[in-house]
Amino acid sequence: MWSILLNSNTQWVLLSTAILGIAAGTIGSLAYWKRQSLMSDALAHAALPGVIIAFLLFKVKHLFVLITGAAISAVIGAFFIQGIRSSTRIKEDTAMGMILSIFYGFGIMLLTIANRTSGNQSGLNNFILGQSASMVQSDVWTMSILAILVVSIVVIGFKEWKIYLFDRQFASGLGLPLKGMDVVYTILLVTTIVVGIQAVGVILIAALLIIPAVSARYWTHSFQAMVIISALFGGASGTIGTLISAIGNGWPTGPFIVVLAASFFIISLIFGKEKGILVQYWQMKRHKKQEIIQSIPTSVLKKEVQ
Amino acid sequence: MTYTAWIILTASLVGLSCGLIGVFLILRKMAMMADAISHTVLLGIVVAFIITQELTGVHMLIGAIIAGLLTALFVQWLNSLDVQQEAAIGIVFTTLFAIGVILIEAFVGNAHLDVQHALMGEITFIPWNRITLPIVGSIPKAAAILTLVFFVVLLFIIAFYKEWKITTFDPGLAASVGIPVLFMHYLFMSLVSITTVASFDAVGAIMVVAMLITPAASAYLWTDRLHMMLVISGLFGVASAVIGYFIAAWIDTSISGSMAFATGLIFLASYLLSPKHGLLAKYLKPEETFE
Repeated sequence: MWSILLNSNTQWVLLSTAILGIAAGTIGSLAYWKRQSLMSDALAHAALPGVIIAFLLFKVKHLFVLITGAAISAVIGAFFIQGIRSSTRIKEDTAMGMILSIFYGFGIMLLTIANRTSGNQSGLNNFILGQSASMVQSDVWTMSILAILVVSIVVIGFKEWKIYLFDRQFASGLGLPLKGMDVVYTILLVTTIVVGIQAVGVILIAALLIIPAVSARYWTHSFQAMVIISALFGGASGTIGTLISAIGNGWPTGPFIVVLAASFFIISLIFGKEKGILVQYWQMKRHKKQEIIQSIPTSVLKKEVQ
Repeated sequence: MTYTAWIILTASLVGLSCGLIGVFLILRKMAMMADAISHTVLLGIVVAFIITQELTGVHMLIGAIIAGLLTALFVQWLNSLDVQQEAAIGIVFTTLFAIGVILIEAFVGNAHLDVQHALMGEITFIPWNRITLPIVGSIPKAAAILTLVFFVVLLFIIAFYKEWKITTFDPGLAASVGIPVLFMHYLFMSLVSITTVASFDAVGAIMVVAMLITPAASAYLWTDRLHMMLVISGLFGVASAVIGYFIAAWIDTSISGSMAFATGLIFLASYLLSPKHGLLAKYLKPEETFE
């Protein structure tokens, strides 16, 4: 295990998945309060055909090219979901499920063709469940820079984002460009998703956006603290998950990252100081005790004192 | 029957069962629940395999039903702990799916069960894996299981048609006339699970979502009557399977991917041409939209 850790390529990959996790935890908190947890799942699946088309068109495996394709196809997916929802009587969750599976199916069609024409060597299969071992130096850079960019945009406009999420009316009263912020938010979400697909894969990247944010809620009521804790959980899941998957031979990275994130979630669910199961149980017990004490007639208590 | 005919028949059975179940899925606003269950049945299959060391139909079906019910239970439980429904679904299915993948990669991985197969389906192998049944003789196992599942689904839909209708459209009324709403919910989740796992072999974990949701959503644009919607959705399912097969044969690519893509084509056609909700109809008779 130490030999893996000391390998400099692994160190770079670990660093980049840590940054990715931080970005995902941050954007995930925004997505949670926009109630768009599953939208990230739909967009991630919808990104697959874009990756393959970019590869088939340019015949290169440079991450930046592939994720540009991924982003375009995810945005098209988002437009379709929006279009179906607003112009028919079909509900949003049905529209998401449809676009998710149709785009993914289309992606698999193209992937089969790509694998046939350029041999199985294309490594495109890695985009399904994630394979951090396949990342090269330039991928690491692309991923880290984009993820840092995403985090910075959230941090710089943090106050505005907070108002935008929790009080749209107040936000428009302040003159914040709500439509513009919707667009920026979508760009940030899509960027985080596509940046993560090589390391975590299209199927599971949504988990890295959803799980840390929910876990963080068990530790705080403040939105700012939630974002920070969520980012920490995300970063830790990214790093440790990548490390564990690197031990095995050719193990996909995504599932390990997700199981790590889920472990943090379970710990938070049980021990979290806000609404954690233990705390709630303890509070309920104390509450009951007080009720019992209060239900004893005061005359009895007085007698005891005497 | 020829090799091709078996594949088309198997795929059509997938389309038919999924089409029927899908109608209730989208009317009950549980489309993403189907997505979740389609992922988690993988864990059910893997665990069933680890315990029994066999990949036979019955074990897989039981494993899948348990996994499906657990998914529904976990989501319900997290939701009761004040986690948004959407987020709860997202947490449960990604985690269980990830565990399933890890179990396959780290402990099980063999010729019969691999991740690639689970994600993309392997319909081209189906005609080779046969069993011999009385009367009908030797037929592919997947076709036999899918036929069984289709009849189970049909039986449950017909037997409890009125109950499904009431619990779907008016759960409050259903509860007040004494229909066990919660029981019906879990019964439905079991039906979704067995349909999913039976279709799993043919189309894989994610494309089964396309088969479940899209034909039903397309049918929803054509009719307002539940029984018509069931018929149309089933037909669309079969049509997607057949069209998908020929697209795949034409450009030589993944059959399951093409079938998912074909459901999208049918939806697109419905979206444009449906007499009441279609784009064309709205364009030709714009005044009606204001009524």
